[in-house]
Amino acid sequence: MSVGIVSYGAYIPRYRIRVEEIAKVWGANPNSIIDGLMVYEKSVPDLDEDTITIAVEAARHAINRAGIDPQEIGALYTGSESHPYAVKPSSTVVAEAIGATPSLTVADYEFACKAGTAAIQTCMGMVDAGMIKLGMAIGADVAQGAPGDALEYTAAAGGVAYAIGKNDLVANIESTYSFTTDTPDFWRREGMPYPEHGGRFTGEPGYFKHVTSAAQGLLEKMGTKPSDYDYAIFHQPNGKFPTRAAKMLGFNSDQIKPGLVVTRLGNTYSGSCMMGLAATLDIAKAGDRIFMTSFGSGAGSDSFSFTVTDRIEEIRNGAPSVETLMANPIYIDYATYARHKNKIKL
Amino acid sequence: MSVPRFWRRLKNIYNLIGTHCKKCGSFLYPPRNMCPKCRRNSMTVPFKFKGTGEVLTYTIIHTGAKDYTKLTPYILAIIKLDEGPQLTSQVICDHSQICIGMKVKAAFRKLGEESEKGMIYYGTKFVPMEV
Repeated sequence: MSVGIVSYGAYIPRYRIRVEEIAKVWGANPNSIIDGLMVYEKSVPDLDEDTITIAVEAARHAINRAGIDPQEIGALYTGSESHPYAVKPSSTVVAEAIGATPSLTVADYEFACKAGTAAIQTCMGMVDAGMIKLGMAIGADVAQGAPGDALEYTAAAGGVAYAIGKNDLVANIESTYSFTTDTPDFWRREGMPYPEHGGRFTGEPGYFKHVTSAAQGLLEKMGTKPSDYDYAIFHQPNGKFPTRAAKMLGFNSDQIKPGLVVTRLGNTYSGSCMMGLAATLDIAKAGDRIFMTSFGSGAGSDSFSFTVTDRIEEIRNGAPSVETLMANPIYIDYATYARHKNKIKL
Repeated sequence: MSVPRFWRRLKNIYNLIGTHCKKCGSFLYPPRNMCPKCRRNSMTVPFKFKGTGEVLTYTIIHTGAKDYTKLTPYILAIIKLDEGPQLTSQVICDHSQICIGMKVKAAFRKLGEESEKGMIYYGTKFVPMEV
């Protein structure tokens, strides 16, 4: 397959709340939560930020990084489970704000935390079929977690955009493989502000079954093994799950370390493993091979195999790195966090 | 702001697209059909501003209008774009950081919303250059 990543861009809001601050409000033991989740703090959107503003900033970074002409983008898909409108695509606003309108097709995707990687696959198909020159696949979320729920410790905000094309690639996408079943591990009904989940049921039959099946499916399809890869990224609902999934599959801790951003960022849902990939591309060298598997509750996983090209050095500094975006956070207390997340109704 | 009024100006608000008069070299924002200097001799074309500039002056709003209550206190500033035009916009930064002459760049943010069931208005605000 001669399709790949032409450019990428990320965006992370500056606000953070520490796990200790949330635990204090609910009378929980912060150390047991940190040990259990391997997450120390999470990002929080500003009062005037949402999935659309985050997606726009990420897409603009992707355009600036490689000097893309936005009029060459023929398709744009935004994956999220926190689209601001129930009816009115986020992607229309994003396309307009990056100057890609009107000659393109857009749509919003929803598949819990893997809507962004589903968008990458759609763009790959359209580019490979010759329907479009460039596609923009975005994963962005201002994730929801009900007050006091376990999700509240990790549900974060951030987004990542990937320009997919055939020319001037920074990483070839060698192959992709998906694994999907009907698994009710996590859901949010229409009109409800917060998701519900199956607690421990989200682990083995949800995350681990789908992530390992998709990963093994791609390794078998390609005839590769974990040791063939320099880096690996697995969906990061917390720090523990991807670490364990990597171990189950035979990847080591050095391979997942650069992409494991969840410990300082939280779970950016549709942006989660795409953020890990961006952080890995920030440090990758030409010839490096990267393995990535997303996970979306409901449930499904998409696996990808990438090989980095020497063009990465040319465009790397054209937009802020994930590490730069995570630097200099502004820490807030729970009351300010509740205001930012619209948990206080005026 | 009514939905049609916002929608008609949406491209200009999202991407700071104004007008350049090729006759006298003026840059104008918001866009004008006619250059105020050249009048009937105007040669105006659309122009996309870089989105960088500096704070000319500012105030901190503590008692906002109805739709801005949630944002108070917020900074409202007059920004002089590098190309010349001046516009009023919010600046998103720590209130101890804002100062006259501060270099700023454009950011895409929510400008407001009508209500929980109404339209959401997006557009340009400014953040410190180093963010």
